[in-house]
Amino acid sequence: MAKTVEGLYYSESHEWVKVEGNVAVIGITDFAQHAMGDLSYVDMPEVDDEFEAGEEFGAVESVKAASDLFCPVSGTVVEINEELEDAPELLNQDAFANWIMKVEMSDPSELEGLMDAAAYEAMCANE
Amino acid sequence: MKYYDKLIFDLSKAGRQGYSLPVNRWENSVSELPAGLRRSAAPALPEVSELDVVRHYTNLSQMNFGVDSGFYPLGSCTMKYNPKINEEIAAMPAFAGLHPLQPYQTVQGVLRLYKDLSHALSEITGMAEFTLNPFAGAHGELTGLMVIRQYHMSRGDIKRTRIIVPDSAHGTNPASAAVCGLEIVQVKSKANGLVDVEDLKPLLDDTIAGIMMTNPNTLGLFEKDIKEIAALVHDCGGLLYYDGANMNPLMGVVRPGDMGFDVLHLNLHKTFSTPHGGGGPGAGPVGVAAHLVGHLPVPKVVESEDGTLQIVDAEGEPCGRISGFMGNFGVLLRAYTYILMLGKQNLKMVGPLAVLGANYIKESLKDCFELPIESVCKHEFVFDGLKDKSTGVTTLDIAKRLLDYGFHAPTIYFPLLFHQAIMIEPTETESKETLDGFIEIMKHIAAEAGSDPESLKTAPHTTPVRRLDETTAARQPILRYKDMN
Amino acid sequence: MAFAYFPHTEDDVRQMLDRIGVGSLEDLYSDVPQDVIYRDEFDLPDAMSELEVRQYFEGLAEYNTSLFCLCGLGAYDHYSPAVIPHIISRSEFLTAYTPYQPEVSQGTLRYIFEYQSMITELTGMDCTNASMYDGATAAAEAMMMAMASTKKKTRVLLSEGLLPQVVGVVKTYAKFNGVQLGFIPCQDGQTSYGALAAELAAGDVAGVLVPGINRYGIIEDMTGFADAVHAQKGLYMVYSDPSSLAVIKTPGEWGADIVCGDSQSLGIPLCYGGPYVGFLACKKEHVRKLPGRIVGATRDVDGKRAYVLTLQAREQHIRREKATSNICSNQSLMALYVTVYMSLMGPKGLREVNELSYGGAHYLHDRLLETGLFEKAFDKPFLKEFTLKALVPARKIQDALMLIGVFGAVEVEEGLVNFCVTEKVSKENIDAVVEYLKELEA
Repeated sequence: MAKTVEGLYYSESHEWVKVEGNVAVIGITDFAQHAMGDLSYVDMPEVDDEFEAGEEFGAVESVKAASDLFCPVSGTVVEINEELEDAPELLNQDAFANWIMKVEMSDPSELEGLMDAAAYEAMCANE
Repeated sequence: MKYYDKLIFDLSKAGRQGYSLPVNRWENSVSELPAGLRRSAAPALPEVSELDVVRHYTNLSQMNFGVDSGFYPLGSCTMKYNPKINEEIAAMPAFAGLHPLQPYQTVQGVLRLYKDLSHALSEITGMAEFTLNPFAGAHGELTGLMVIRQYHMSRGDIKRTRIIVPDSAHGTNPASAAVCGLEIVQVKSKANGLVDVEDLKPLLDDTIAGIMMTNPNTLGLFEKDIKEIAALVHDCGGLLYYDGANMNPLMGVVRPGDMGFDVLHLNLHKTFSTPHGGGGPGAGPVGVAAHLVGHLPVPKVVESEDGTLQIVDAEGEPCGRISGFMGNFGVLLRAYTYILMLGKQNLKMVGPLAVLGANYIKESLKDCFELPIESVCKHEFVFDGLKDKSTGVTTLDIAKRLLDYGFHAPTIYFPLLFHQAIMIEPTETESKETLDGFIEIMKHIAAEAGSDPESLKTAPHTTPVRRLDETTAARQPILRYKDMN
Repeated sequence: MAFAYFPHTEDDVRQMLDRIGVGSLEDLYSDVPQDVIYRDEFDLPDAMSELEVRQYFEGLAEYNTSLFCLCGLGAYDHYSPAVIPHIISRSEFLTAYTPYQPEVSQGTLRYIFEYQSMITELTGMDCTNASMYDGATAAAEAMMMAMASTKKKTRVLLSEGLLPQVVGVVKTYAKFNGVQLGFIPCQDGQTSYGALAAELAAGDVAGVLVPGINRYGIIEDMTGFADAVHAQKGLYMVYSDPSSLAVIKTPGEWGADIVCGDSQSLGIPLCYGGPYVGFLACKKEHVRKLPGRIVGATRDVDGKRAYVLTLQAREQHIRREKATSNICSNQSLMALYVTVYMSLMGPKGLREVNELSYGGAHYLHDRLLETGLFEKAFDKPFLKEFTLKALVPARKIQDALMLIGVFGAVEVEEGLVNFCVTEKVSKENIDAVVEYLKELEA
């Protein structure tokens, strides 16, 4: 059973958001990494890239599947997790401990449109 | 099959050579070129003798399975027998030695073949004219979609930039549409596996360039509403594209042109018996209805009044040039050889015999394997894994176990409509004995799934190599000799 | 119904129909609307025996004229060693499909890995795919790769020194794919650095494609090109003849990011334009945008070295409309062809092919100038093909050559003609052509 972490925001496309001041730390959920299987590659954005909420910002790939990543909030990329470039399996080992990118939010009120852990679990249960 | 572990580079020894060339008596040498234009160090290619090369590639070939090795029921790939006469004709020096820019007067034989093969394909499919330039099925798809877009653009109908693709379509359909600058609109299949006409209707408007269909579809089922679909799409101003990957069961029985299709491609390496060559070269001729002839790509072959054949680069409003020269001519020679060998009578038997084989296997195995849609199939059909789901044995396990028994695996995990899809296509060139042997082994494997599931989960056991670590291959790609070790 | 490719006896058909539970072959089409069933006879010949088919094609071949080839322009008449047809006609290679089941496809996978190793070695790139349809479509794919790798740019620049058929195909793909093309003119037979710099300054350039050897046969001096393109965050791309790369400076040495071209020059017969084999290679940072099949090395569960199709998440069967390309095959057998060729030739043989071609081409060049029919068009270094200015109508020279069974002097531009020499051309051949042309002048 996929786990969730309390206190994070969740998107319908299986990203999680942890808020640190005005910065959104973004990753993929445990449910998502389970569904993908052994990850072989994380296609990441570059620092300074700007995204609208809901815009595609990268992808995760396994041997037989690929899934696009969608930015849960609007903003500018301030940091990417370079460790994932050589070790995509970190997302399989612990999806919540390994973030993908940090975004300086342009409109933090967008967080209100995301789910909490309980709502996300309920959504996953229906998939 | 036996395992052999060398790369040609492993055999290399400085000072050996595998070539013989005329003695160099010229005065000029490459070393006269300015140093800034010359390569700094020789490429690290292997240095091997001629026999080294012959043995090495012979050893490699012995780790491969082809149609000549055994039954190859790969769904949607039409792995029929590749007649040997095709190869002899394609190798004739009178064809193989011709430069593609030679003046038309010196290649009338070539151009005649181009014209006659086009005519034969038009006859078989009910289309008005063909281009033989596309190199492969996916290339044909792209070319056909370019013709469709060019048609709309030439009429000033520039907002038609969306194309409808069923969810059961081959992955190349949406990919080709995207390369052609079209937006994909998906239409769903009904529970019986056919396109849902009711789901289609609301999608049809003045932004639709057309619809891409495979008939029979990837489940091997004939889209019986095709004439209604054609009328609906035509009424909204769109065109119908026929993906000819599944043409084999219809050859001689149904012509796409008569179903209302405006554009199609054929895979000469499927329906017309040219060898797959481990992934190519193939050929993907594109046929069109009369109103689209002017949009076919260039160069084209045109017959003048005195019967001379000429090559033209501009006629009508072509979609453009899609190939360096005029396609994979060697493949065209093979396909026409096949058509001449069969003649008009035997061409009409291809479809029925292919369909006979597929239904025979389906009916013989449906007690052991899950048949999601009970219906007469065409050239292929899809099982959704074993009937008994309790064993934990997957489609992958079944496919790998078949290799142990000397059969190639069917297509697996496609179409995506079923989780454990096994897609089987026998073709008309396989005998009842071969099919019976396959049926027997499939039943045996179904029994093994209950009695000895471990032997399936760890299969194959007898092949030159066993299951591979594909995850590491993708995580740390090693794509050349230099990066090994 | 007996026919060599149909094994069914009447009794077989009966038994199979019984198992299915239908009465006739027609009943297998009971789901097809009757009004689309084709009941007419095809307007095609009756079945022929093998003997008759052979005779038919021998008859057809009479309408072709085999000519001695002194023409290049994208198809080169190099010698093809006897070994190659024997290897590539082995049915295990010839009649296999794409290597989806790696356990029974190690032969195909292994030679593709070798092919990749050799192509990267020649081009000076890190990665290549398992081959493309031809050089022109490989150039079109390179253009789309540049667009995908440099987000939000809309233009790709092409040198006017590229072969016209390459430009033609790239234009078609660009038109439908929504790419804007710009062109860099040639000056004195070579791509103009000044024009390139001016186009780059206009901005929005995703990539620039320049030929290593251009349509005039001139070896391009690309000094500064890659730096200029990189300064604008574009990709530098080179269209190469791989045979020439045994001796001329590699695209890798010129600083290229992507290299494409046609490997027909590696011994593949002219065969009226196909099958040939395109190639597309790149630096490793672009491998995820590379279209087509790619083979990687790995191990099996027993630790044995093995090879497999890899990085498939780029491809259409997984990504559908988001794939890097619609390509789902390669010219595999032709990739084997050139792999065997490169194995036989090795670094020395491939160099010698270039030496013989270079020596012959320069001899022909100098001797043609003696005929009075030509003068120099450019004064730039060339390898095996070159361009001269014709002092009489080019058509006249080409027609005259055809009378003695020679194909050459193809007009590439008003008044400019192409010649090409490979190792198949001897001094005696050239002398005979030159003496004939001298008489023509007289």
